[in-house]
Amino acid sequence: MSSLEIIATVLGGLTIGSALMVVLSPHPVRSVLYLILTFFLISGNYILMNAQFIAVVNIIVYAGAIMVLFLFVLMLLNLSKDNEPKSSIKMKIAATFAGGALLTVLIAALKDSVILPKTEMLENQQGMVENLGQLLFTKYVLPFEMSSILFIAAMVGAVLLAKREKQIIE
Amino acid sequence: MSVQQLVPLILLFPLIGGIINGIFGKKLPKALVGSLATLASTLSFAAALMVFFQLNEPVKIHLFRMIDLVDLRLSASLLADNLSLWMVLIITGIGSLIHLFSMGYMKHDAGYSKFFTYLNLFIFAMLILVLGSNYFMLFFGWEGVGICSYFLIGFHYSDAEKGMLNGIAARKAFIMNRIGDLGLLIGLFLILSQFGTLEYQELANIVTVDKILGTPWMMFGITMCLFIGATGKSAQIPLFTWLPDAMAGPTPVSALIHAATMVTAGIFLVVRSNFFFEHAPMTQEIMLYIGLATSLVAAFIAMRQNDIKKVLAYSTVSQLGLLFVALGMGAYTAAIFHVTTHAFFKALLFLGSGSVIHAMSDEQDIRKMGGLRKKIPLTHLTFLIGTLAITGFPLLSGFFSKDEIVGHAFSHNVVIYGILMFSILLTAIYMFRMYFVVFFGSFRGTHEQEHHVHEGPASMTLPLVILAILSVFGGLLNLPGIWLKGQAHWLSHHLEHNTGGLNLIEAEHADNGITLMLMIIAVAVCLGALVVCYLVYGKKQNVPVADAELSGWQKISANKLYIDEIYNFLFVRPTEWLSVVGHKFIEIMFLNGIILGFAKGIGASGELVKKWQTGRVNWYILWMVGGIVGLIVYYLVKI
Amino acid sequence: MILASIFESGVSIQFYIVLSTILFAIGVLGVLIRKNAIIVLMCVEIMLNAVNLLMVAFSTYFGNGDAQVFVFFIMVVAAAEATIGLSILVLLYRNNRSVDIGLFNKLKG
Repeated sequence: MSSLEIIATVLGGLTIGSALMVVLSPHPVRSVLYLILTFFLISGNYILMNAQFIAVVNIIVYAGAIMVLFLFVLMLLNLSKDNEPKSSIKMKIAATFAGGALLTVLIAALKDSVILPKTEMLENQQGMVENLGQLLFTKYVLPFEMSSILFIAAMVGAVLLAKREKQIIE
Repeated sequence: MSVQQLVPLILLFPLIGGIINGIFGKKLPKALVGSLATLASTLSFAAALMVFFQLNEPVKIHLFRMIDLVDLRLSASLLADNLSLWMVLIITGIGSLIHLFSMGYMKHDAGYSKFFTYLNLFIFAMLILVLGSNYFMLFFGWEGVGICSYFLIGFHYSDAEKGMLNGIAARKAFIMNRIGDLGLLIGLFLILSQFGTLEYQELANIVTVDKILGTPWMMFGITMCLFIGATGKSAQIPLFTWLPDAMAGPTPVSALIHAATMVTAGIFLVVRSNFFFEHAPMTQEIMLYIGLATSLVAAFIAMRQNDIKKVLAYSTVSQLGLLFVALGMGAYTAAIFHVTTHAFFKALLFLGSGSVIHAMSDEQDIRKMGGLRKKIPLTHLTFLIGTLAITGFPLLSGFFSKDEIVGHAFSHNVVIYGILMFSILLTAIYMFRMYFVVFFGSFRGTHEQEHHVHEGPASMTLPLVILAILSVFGGLLNLPGIWLKGQAHWLSHHLEHNTGGLNLIEAEHADNGITLMLMIIAVAVCLGALVVCYLVYGKKQNVPVADAELSGWQKISANKLYIDEIYNFLFVRPTEWLSVVGHKFIEIMFLNGIILGFAKGIGASGELVKKWQTGRVNWYILWMVGGIVGLIVYYLVKI
Repeated sequence: MILASIFESGVSIQFYIVLSTILFAIGVLGVLIRKNAIIVLMCVEIMLNAVNLLMVAFSTYFGNGDAQVFVFFIMVVAAAEATIGLSILVLLYRNNRSVDIGLFNKLKG
């Protein structure tokens, strides 16, 4: 096995472990931290595949902005281990079964699928910023502009929703 | 105007009259309403007359198609031939006179316009019955007259003291007619299944010319069913008890419907279907005996009735029995002749009784009348003529028509002739009894009634006069050969020829010697009854006693042979019991149980499904995941 | 830096398929097990990231950059969704003083 394979395997295993800790950790703050770790590991995977732009954007947007948002809300609501709601054992068993079943079924469905042969590539360039930028601004320029409208809607929505409505409280 | 144009007009006038009076009648002045209705009827009569003079051979007028399938073609078409036209003349002629009478008689009634609407519609339905060219039109008119008679009998249904009884009488008439209608309908189905058509001309061709008859049992079935229908409408045993009860309606109604027109619908049906009846000798025998029995029973009951209209009602039933005897012997034209003269004098008698009731301020019990011949002379004279006609007084119309039937009976079977003569004797006795009790002797009513006794207005007396003249001279229509060598039996010949593809097969007329002997016997019977009644009721002034004091045969007669009570016990009470059982068990337990149970079941299943909606998102997502897994598995396994 | 595609050096595509599926299943597990609304939202993010991973893997496998553009847009949408989700959550907390999703069962029955 080449070094790349070993790195890829280790990274994969760590990602799975980290994601599992997100789900199983009783502290909500620790869950958030584990999720940040997961994102970093996934970015590591991206770099392995030379998708540099995506890797960086992943860290900046997801780990940097969204997770910070989550953390803020967590701390705002002052949640800790004590007032963390617990689900019933029945639910845990059922969920485990469901999740396991989903996993099994998906892998069974995908294992026999025909995979087209990979493209021979000695230069893995499409993850580079220039190439991605070119695609983004020529072929996918419309979704790109649309996403700005999406953000405006999200911003307006967030502000509106989080505003304190004085009339109702009093 | 040609026949084709005139015949639909005959139908149209009463229909338009009925519709106009029905919609606008309340707002129009009473004189206009009555005149309009009478005019409509008279115009129909005029149109019928015009057709009568023009008609040479049967004319079929097609109006429109009703049902047009491969196996079943029914069309609304009219057949104008001598038979139907003769009936039309009777209906519209006497109908017009009765309309005129009603203008005076019903003047103080609140439902004036309603009455004339119903009268016109009745004439319309009856005209459809006789003018139709197939059994379907006949059935349509049949039902039409049934419903109009229901309306008219129960006309005063909201009357304070008698309103309930009027409604009951109307329902009784309708329900008994319905029983007969079922027979008629089955007969029609049998005809259709056997011959494939309902048109008179086609059926006559098939039966008489092509000689396709079907089995004798089929012919028996068809004719029996038709006869059962006729039994209902023409009040024979066992469906006759509605007719006396129907006297609850206003007197013009009784005159029109129950003397002249509706009750003759059964006779008309049999005459129209003569080609069927000629091939069913068993039915003819049954008809004959039932007619004979009815005639006797009704005459017996009439002997001790004290309501002036009830006597006339039973007299009508009795005369109808006589007519069925004639039909049972195959004497169709004699029957039509007697129908004509009966229409004349029975309408006259009913209208006359109406005039008497009007004069006596709505009193109908003859025991409270008396000595009226000096107070209302015109009514008295016309009533006398009517009574003489019905009893067969020589040279009046009834004499000739009864004689003809009796003559046929004599040549058929002497025993039947004897029984028939006995029935005619009874008829004479009770008619003269009524006449003498009402018009002779001293007045037995109250003082106010005595004060108010007066002749009716001209609108009431004119029809009486006209009908009296017709009753006197009506016999000229069908004189036997003994009187006029050349012109004998005009009506018979008129009806035999040109009668729409029907060959009115006629029994032979007896020879002159026997005719003379029969005539003498009939005269003797009539005059004998006249003398006896004069002595008993006229001179000795033997007033009929009150109901409580009767005994023996008189009590049975006065109580109508207890037939109503027997029917009540046999038929009405079991049916009511059945309906109670049906309600309690079938409806409440069974149907309600099933239907409500069904609804409850759906509700319960809804409750079950409701348990799934826990409101907990976790579980929803769980089911979602489960569903996705299931879907994927399904596709995996399939492929 | 110019690198050869990782798939040239022996890593098979099945590896990334399985990895991505396992991450997705873990995300589903998290959504089902946890009752804290914030954690649930985070597990949704895990699922999205699993999909992102698979997409980038295929993009490298076929040498086609379109998939990476799609990943970019998935991130855009995920950001917007996280924003709105958290606002709603804050509102819920204000009304109910708790973020336990077991208490939000007003749609029951």
